[in-house]
Amino acid sequence: MTALEDRTEAPAPEVGKARKRKEDARLITGRTTWTDNMVLPGMLHLAVVRSPVAHAKITSVDVSAAADAPGVVAVFTGRDFAEEQGSIPCAWPVTPDMVNPGHPSLAVEEVNHVGEAVAVIVARSKAAAQDAVELVDVDYDPLPVVLDMEEAVAEQPDLCHDHLSSNESFRFVFDAGEAGTGQNTDEAFANAEVVVSRRFVQQRLIPAFMEPRAAVVQPQGDNYTMWSSTQVPHILRLMLAMITGTPEHKLRVIAPDVGGGFGGKLQVTPEEVITLLVARRLGKPVKWTETRSESLMSAHHGRDQIQYVDVAADREGNIKGLKVHILSDMGAYLRLVSPGVPVLGAFMYPGIYKFPAYRFDCQGVFTNKTPTDAYRGAGRPEATFAIERIMDELAVELGMDPLELRRKNWIKAEEFPFTTVAGLEYDSGDYDAATQQALELLGYDELREEQRRRRESDDPVQLGIGFSTFTEMCGLAPSRVLGSLSYGAGGWEHASIRMLPTGKVEVVTGSTPHGQGHETAWSQLVADELGVPFEDVEVLHGDTGISSRGLDTYGSRSLVVGGAAVVSASQKVVAKARKVAAHLLEAGEDDLQFESGSFSVRGTPGTSISIQEIALATFAAHNFPEGMEPSIDADATFDPVNFSFPHGTHICAMEVDTETGFVKIRKYACVDDVGKIVNPLIVEGQVHGGLAQGIAQALYEEAIYDADGNLTTGTFVDYLVPSAADLPHFDTGNTVHEAPGNPIGAKGVGEAGCIASTPAVVNAALDAVRHLGVTDIRMPLTPERVWRAIHSGGDGGDRATAGSNAYGGAQTETTAGVSTEASSLGGDR
Amino acid sequence: MTRISVRVDGASYQDDVEPRTLLVHYLREQLGKVGTVVGCDTSNCGACTVHLDGEAVKSCTVLAVQADGAEVTTIEGVSRGGELHPVQKAFHEMHGLQCGFCTPGMIMASIDLLQDNPDPSDDEVREGIEGNLCRCTGYQNIVRAVQLAAGEMRGAPASDGHVAPAVVDTAAAPHVVGQA
Repeated sequence: MTALEDRTEAPAPEVGKARKRKEDARLITGRTTWTDNMVLPGMLHLAVVRSPVAHAKITSVDVSAAADAPGVVAVFTGRDFAEEQGSIPCAWPVTPDMVNPGHPSLAVEEVNHVGEAVAVIVARSKAAAQDAVELVDVDYDPLPVVLDMEEAVAEQPDLCHDHLSSNESFRFVFDAGEAGTGQNTDEAFANAEVVVSRRFVQQRLIPAFMEPRAAVVQPQGDNYTMWSSTQVPHILRLMLAMITGTPEHKLRVIAPDVGGGFGGKLQVTPEEVITLLVARRLGKPVKWTETRSESLMSAHHGRDQIQYVDVAADREGNIKGLKVHILSDMGAYLRLVSPGVPVLGAFMYPGIYKFPAYRFDCQGVFTNKTPTDAYRGAGRPEATFAIERIMDELAVELGMDPLELRRKNWIKAEEFPFTTVAGLEYDSGDYDAATQQALELLGYDELREEQRRRRESDDPVQLGIGFSTFTEMCGLAPSRVLGSLSYGAGGWEHASIRMLPTGKVEVVTGSTPHGQGHETAWSQLVADELGVPFEDVEVLHGDTGISSRGLDTYGSRSLVVGGAAVVSASQKVVAKARKVAAHLLEAGEDDLQFESGSFSVRGTPGTSISIQEIALATFAAHNFPEGMEPSIDADATFDPVNFSFPHGTHICAMEVDTETGFVKIRKYACVDDVGKIVNPLIVEGQVHGGLAQGIAQALYEEAIYDADGNLTTGTFVDYLVPSAADLPHFDTGNTVHEAPGNPIGAKGVGEAGCIASTPAVVNAALDAVRHLGVTDIRMPLTPERVWRAIHSGGDGGDRATAGSNAYGGAQTETTAGVSTEASSLGGDR
Repeated sequence: MTRISVRVDGASYQDDVEPRTLLVHYLREQLGKVGTVVGCDTSNCGACTVHLDGEAVKSCTVLAVQADGAEVTTIEGVSRGGELHPVQKAFHEMHGLQCGFCTPGMIMASIDLLQDNPDPSDDEVREGIEGNLCRCTGYQNIVRAVQLAAGEMRGAPASDGHVAPAVVDTAAAPHVVGQA
């Protein structure tokens, strides 16, 4: 106990401070623990033999030459593991009759996409393993290849899986009229004065995290420890146990430093299963690390939807109804949450607008391509793109200003909480305030004036301004809601606080970071709750042996759900410490006040005891309250009752060179409302990163397959992840409307920039050239596409000229990059 | 096998390598310099950037035998005497990293950029590091970091000394206004 010193000002709260990150120390000095850094005594190395064909029966596999190669210890095929490999799990059966063809980690009878694993080499060195890949001789009996979604669901299509009766996995329908959350959609359209219909193509994207995936498994007796570059060590452990029959309590999964994920490492991968099975079979530590080419062709892809969107309105611009039909490409198999991605989007198509009627109809379609699954935003970017694009088209049809049309129909600040036509209860916000601030950040009036000047002078470089006034649902998620959507798990998150004898604090979180800065932000939360110095807090994560309960990091859930659990656990620690303080200060609990980390007796200056001193007293336990166990540690599990709904206004000003088709972002301004901001530095960084990926979808990135199902954008030469020179400066701002659904008031920020930016960019480009007769340009807006849209009409067609290397193939109506014989020189064979 | 002699981060090594061994694999697998990482297989991403006789190279595009007789500096060798290199410090100050996987290469490329152009414009920074891909940051804070380091390096003499992980200051960043 210490005498109370002259009380000075309480320290400023940690929450809200732009703390520089604790994580950085190891990352900027190269003292990192990436999975591929791991070296264990006797470790063997894996290399995966992958299918070069998109659809075929495997008629024979001859591994003899590979098995005899120098340094090769073993070679396994799908047959060797057929009895124990199970199927890669799909945790989200979105309809009761969803068709899941099953997904062996190593192909046994057939292959269904290029890059599918068919055999694995185990060797003394990585080089020896890779050398032997070439020596495995697989005979394939080719089958027809299904690539085009519209053809795949047409009459008499070729089949992606020849043992199934169609290429449709599921049909998910949400009808607001039937759900009782809106009016009859057909009637709304029948009575409408104006109907605008569009078909939008969400091209296939690749998450392209910078750290290639890797897994290491160390067997110790009947225990197995896996290190994996995963976003989801807890889910991975559970699923590996269920798939391979290795008991859950004999498995420990560790996600050490993980180099980005963006949803791409929200997966239970074939390679992780194979690594575990090989280690189990051989009883030796093994390591698998992919090459970038392997990563681009075999790690799951994202987006890839065709959207048919109809909007109904009256002539004054009052919206009356929304109909959305989408084809969503699952690829060849269902992975962890593949079907859930479009279903997450289902509830976001109405955006921030007060539609009285809404119908959503989604077909999940199999094609002989790499499976799709979560990629930053997962369903919500697709929904936001569709609604924000169609609102612009409706504005054009009505001759209205696009912002005026939005303003006329969006939810007003005083209307929150607002239940939408999709049945979601939006928590808080002010769309007008965010928009006003964004207009000022952009310098809107000046740019509109410049646009007018350029138009009048017929300047070859035209200027356009595009809006995206968006919202999204974050904080996945209320467990009961996930249950009602047939998701296979809950959405809670867990935390523990351990008070060490020296007063230092260990925080265990079930949310596993891979760049988001949990160690810093969680320290800020705990420092405020416990009144301990920021530096005295250590955050532990990503190891199922340390963090026994958790549901990991995705869906902008970490702070909103995981952070809330940390706060709740901290409050329990304080409650326990209060009992000890009352005992030691010989006062009633109700007479104590807790301030800046110390308990003191109200109205009795002179004595106090800090929570850090109580930690030591608890360790000693010499003088403890009667009947109380000697611990002030606490656990908490937080399960939100609702999602949180960040929103914002993004405005892009775009220059389009009408002579070359080159587009250049002149200025980008956005104001996001992500609720309470714990660390402005991290929030700004998350927005920047999201913007980069959303803009990249609009302008650069596209995964293209040729007519045989080969990925022709299989390296960073062809798959255009933007560099610093390709992206503009971002002007960002915030409004703050706290989320009522969690004790922090945060709404989630990880996906906001990625969800919002894509339609703002495309709308801006169209605004620049609409007076030239252009009504749509397909993403990404390559110079050639933009040029063709201006000079030849249409949506710009395919990405490049037939026969050129950048071209994946010829134009079909539906899928960019399906080649014909005429273009078979194109692409990367 | 070919014998090479190379100095890496101030220490001398003599090793036998296969002629096909890439410098990055030699650094990671034979020397344990795992601070330098591999991000692609086409020399696009720059995550493996190191300095070879003072110039930035992508170590996946250099054979180990080409480094024979040369001086290599990796991310593990740029902080001196417990002091972070100004570029390392600036990446921390400006939140120029998130997952941190591209960071070693990005820092090595930025140091090289500032050696060539001590006072770059923002556009020159963007063009100067366009051989290095980052998927997390959107680059804006990397540009800020390089500019902060440029200012510091123009006014500060180079130091020398022992290589060690440096203490990182986690005080609040002054350039971002805290939430009221």
